[in-house]
Amino acid sequence: MSTRTINNKTIDFDADGFMTNYKDWDLEIAKVLAAEEEISTLNDRHLVVLNYMRQEFETKGDGPSMRKLTKESGVPTKELYALFPGGPAKKAARIAGIKKPHGCI
Amino acid sequence: MKNILILGAGTAGTIMANKLARALPSAQWRITVVDRDNDHAYQPGFLFVPFHGYEPADLVRSRRKTLDARATFREALIERIEPDKNRVHLKGGDVLPYDFLIIATGTQPTPAQNEGMLGNEWHKSVGEFYTLEGCTKLQHQLDNFKGGRLVVNIAEMPIKCPVAPLEFAFLAESYFRAKGMRDKVEIDYVTPLPSAFTKPKAAELLGDFLDKRRIKLEADFSLARVEQAEKKIVSWDEREIPYDLLVTVPTNMGDPVIGASGIGDEFNYVPTDKHTLLSSVAPNIFAIGDATDLPSSKAGSVAHFQADVLLENVLSVIAGRAPDAKFDGHANCFIESGDGKALLIDFSYDVEPLPGTYPLPLVGPMSLLKETRLNHLGKLMFKWVYWNMLLPARPMPVGHQFSMTGKSTG
Repeated sequence: MSTRTINNKTIDFDADGFMTNYKDWDLEIAKVLAAEEEISTLNDRHLVVLNYMRQEFETKGDGPSMRKLTKESGVPTKELYALFPGGPAKKAARIAGIKKPHGCI
Repeated sequence: MKNILILGAGTAGTIMANKLARALPSAQWRITVVDRDNDHAYQPGFLFVPFHGYEPADLVRSRRKTLDARATFREALIERIEPDKNRVHLKGGDVLPYDFLIIATGTQPTPAQNEGMLGNEWHKSVGEFYTLEGCTKLQHQLDNFKGGRLVVNIAEMPIKCPVAPLEFAFLAESYFRAKGMRDKVEIDYVTPLPSAFTKPKAAELLGDFLDKRRIKLEADFSLARVEQAEKKIVSWDEREIPYDLLVTVPTNMGDPVIGASGIGDEFNYVPTDKHTLLSSVAPNIFAIGDATDLPSSKAGSVAHFQADVLLENVLSVIAGRAPDAKFDGHANCFIESGDGKALLIDFSYDVEPLPGTYPLPLVGPMSLLKETRLNHLGKLMFKWVYWNMLLPARPMPVGHQFSMTGKSTG
């Protein structure tokens, strides 16, 4: 657990750097977290994915697996890797302010 | 007469049938188990077949004969589960009604999920060891391998027995060394995980093992496709790894019947409470073993530990009580490291593998997270334990619950 101040907001993070309360999230925080993942700007397609991640977390209590993300977000796998290089399911979850998905063990 | 129907006569289904047959009066309860064939394979043995450790015939027994005589075995394909009508349709038209259903349909490598995997080179320059056919063919593939680049690849997580691909790499290294051709073989371990294994402490140790054996680790590699003509695998972020022999672990999927019944997740796994093993499909449907969506390892030891919890909870629900026994994510596995040695790891939902000792029946305390000859003998002896103690559900001198006894946290 760690606490950080981002844009005058106090935000709690777990040991892996995932926000512990997704309700504290806003777009400005997303931009800061994205920069830490070496994504310099968030475009519309990033936002499609982030919104899907948050919606999924709100209804299911967990972030989606890569397979589910591809199937349901409307963004193809190849594009997901271009948007979130390295690991889309994990990186998008962190930037979307949701807890670390159980699939990312 | 009431019906308990168990779908699947693998490790989990067989143990449950045998426990329930003993626990319930046969005058009031009919226990039926369905599976597609009568061949129960000892899956942990598959790993050794490519290296001539076992022959395929050593590993298969009759499902019917491993089941208690009080349970009825039906050899049939399952077509569809109808949770709202409490019945299961079999291929050929038969319908089996149930009062309680236990889904133990497992998980299978599904190469059709991976682009380019099932080409002309399948089971030739592309091999696998997660099926009886695949591990048998891989024996010949390795015998005929003249050297070059051997790539061991996991296509997508989760997979069953997540340590098996690492064990395969260790055993292959040891095998080529024994054959005097280690210098002719480059071994790459290519995984979608960020390191050698899922659990941090074990991952660090196993990463060192790879280094010491000159096995190259390529992490964070998510397989997009296999290009058989070019003999290379390509990731979603366009990294390419050439191979002369690819040993793959294809995407694992739950049984198609779960998808066909509209009750599964994107992998055809059954949404299941991680503590009670009650499915979220219906209050009279339970799921156990690899068929569930639990965040525990997909492994025989897990099915075995879950069975104790599930028996208690099925008996509670039958009696009209709440299912209050809780599965804690307990798993343990032997990891073959080559040269007749192995490690043992023991962990749960909350505690990752730690060093120390573990009490194992018959062979005595085993070292945890440490390479020993005794752990290897334990793994070999486990085949006997599996057929003679585990499947018949004989009482084991080890409880199902994870315990910190013997473990070192320092």
